[in-house]
Amino acid sequence: MAHLSELAAEPQRLSNAYQNWYRFSRNPSAVIGTAIVIICILTAIFAPLITPYPEHVGAVVNFRERHLPPSADYWFGTDNVGRDIFTRVVFGMRISLLLALVVLATAVPVGTVLGLLAGYYGGWVEIVIMRFTDIALAIPGLVMVMAVAAVLSPDLLTSMIAIAALWWTWHARLIYSITRQTRVQDYIEAAETLGASKFHILFREILPNCVSALAVKTSLDAGFVILIGSTLSFLGLGIQPPTPDLGTMVASGAAFLPSYWWESVLPGCAILFVSLGFNLLGDGLRDMFDVEDVR
Amino acid sequence: MIRPVLEVIDLCKSFPVRSPFGRLTGEVKAVNNVSFSIGRGKVYGLAGESGSGKSTIARMIMGLTPPTSGDILLDGEDIGSTGGSPAHRRKVQMVFQNPGSSLNPRRSVSQSITVPLHANGLPRADRARRVTELLDMVQLPASYAERYPHELSGGQKQRVAIARALAVAPKLLVLDEPTSALDVSVQAKVIDLLVDLGRQLDLTFLFISHDLSLMRNFAEKVGVLYLGSLVETGRTSVVFENPRHDYTRLLLASVPVVSAEEEAMRPRIPLIDGEIPTAEQLLALRKAGGGEA
Repeated sequence: MAHLSELAAEPQRLSNAYQNWYRFSRNPSAVIGTAIVIICILTAIFAPLITPYPEHVGAVVNFRERHLPPSADYWFGTDNVGRDIFTRVVFGMRISLLLALVVLATAVPVGTVLGLLAGYYGGWVEIVIMRFTDIALAIPGLVMVMAVAAVLSPDLLTSMIAIAALWWTWHARLIYSITRQTRVQDYIEAAETLGASKFHILFREILPNCVSALAVKTSLDAGFVILIGSTLSFLGLGIQPPTPDLGTMVASGAAFLPSYWWESVLPGCAILFVSLGFNLLGDGLRDMFDVEDVR
Repeated sequence: MIRPVLEVIDLCKSFPVRSPFGRLTGEVKAVNNVSFSIGRGKVYGLAGESGSGKSTIARMIMGLTPPTSGDILLDGEDIGSTGGSPAHRRKVQMVFQNPGSSLNPRRSVSQSITVPLHANGLPRADRARRVTELLDMVQLPASYAERYPHELSGGQKQRVAIARALAVAPKLLVLDEPTSALDVSVQAKVIDLLVDLGRQLDLTFLFISHDLSLMRNFAEKVGVLYLGSLVETGRTSVVFENPRHDYTRLLLASVPVVSAEEEAMRPRIPLIDGEIPTAEQLLALRKAGGGEA
């Protein structure tokens, strides 16, 4: 009979996932951010189908149609050799997203594992890992990335290596501080007395407490990584022409400002659009998780 | 004679005190020559206020802190050598003081209870059935398995913590103030449940508490811990009706009473204000009251 009252109470209980989704879907910045990110990802995936002149990605030259303003034929106008800027922006988006994906896919797991180890074990493990991140964080990020990119030959892979080599330290710091707070909790001691393995404690007990912070930071980071990648290309240390990159396009178009403004402003808007999307998404996730943490 | 489940012999634990520069400047004796034993199926109460060393003793029995000296025998086997081993964990488990913090807020009830099952190699297929069985043991419906701690009341959380501790079928259950974080009405229910479980599963309990009225109902024998030393030990009724040590009297005098008879039985001792009484204060008390301990 004790079960009867439980059954009656059951409809009141919504699953956590549903509650989170409800809050997320009613948050304007989360919804707009998600929409922008999805649009960017879809255009990147289907770039060859969407763009009117996919062949303009390479070293095509069409001087008769150079510096044309935006029109029905060329939505974003054409550049100094007559290539369609819209096509090149869409393909540039593809490269920016690939850069963010690869950098975060390497930096986040590495930073997370090192942060967990440093926070849980303490002692010399902590000293080695955290002093190293302190040193890395003390060097201005862009300077460090430029140094790495300058030593290696500048291309997409070098940009990825340079940014990832720097980026994991932020995640290591974040996870380290959460782990330090979590490891003194009773439930970690309880798990130890229950005979749980170190692996279990690190990845099943502590890591779930980091997930919300990690999701927010990773999504905010995606925007920053794209910005840094574009900055590198703008400075000539990243992706090299004729491969279309948003930063490279802003740089080469800048020579023709202000008369042919579309050649650098519209790729610049694309950078703004994609990093804004990831930032709004990150803010939305943070709002969602903040309520959960209070609860 | 039947071998006791737990035997603690001359247990000592001292913590080093270091200066800010790491130089050793002294030590704090948290536990000093404590000896007691618990027979099979019995409840032993360890009483004392915060800082008396109760929790340190529990941690040593659990193998979380190594003792400075002395022996802890579980089923006649010294845990000094097996402390923290799977065999040790299967014999003794612990229920923590605050169920709000001893359950991971990010893990569901069934995930929490599965931890010891997984650690002891129970096949995945049998785990769900065992979780239901354990929930039933602590009188919670099976539907609670998928809930998260924030969806449970304090008493329900503590039941989950008890189910988790029982998962490996231990012989000895260490209860570190298991009800002090709970509402008074819930305390009694949790204690009743523990008594029932003790009878059903032939469990032995080490019950650590500062709540003497609770101990009077639950424990057969008690030890009174004061500043790391066991100052008095014996059958609960004897110790409570005829306390020999001043500190025991002091503790008993602080128990609130309800009836007039109880009020009449209450020892008359001047109460000391503040935190843990110092040795000087106790000495002064002894002179004033003429205690014999």
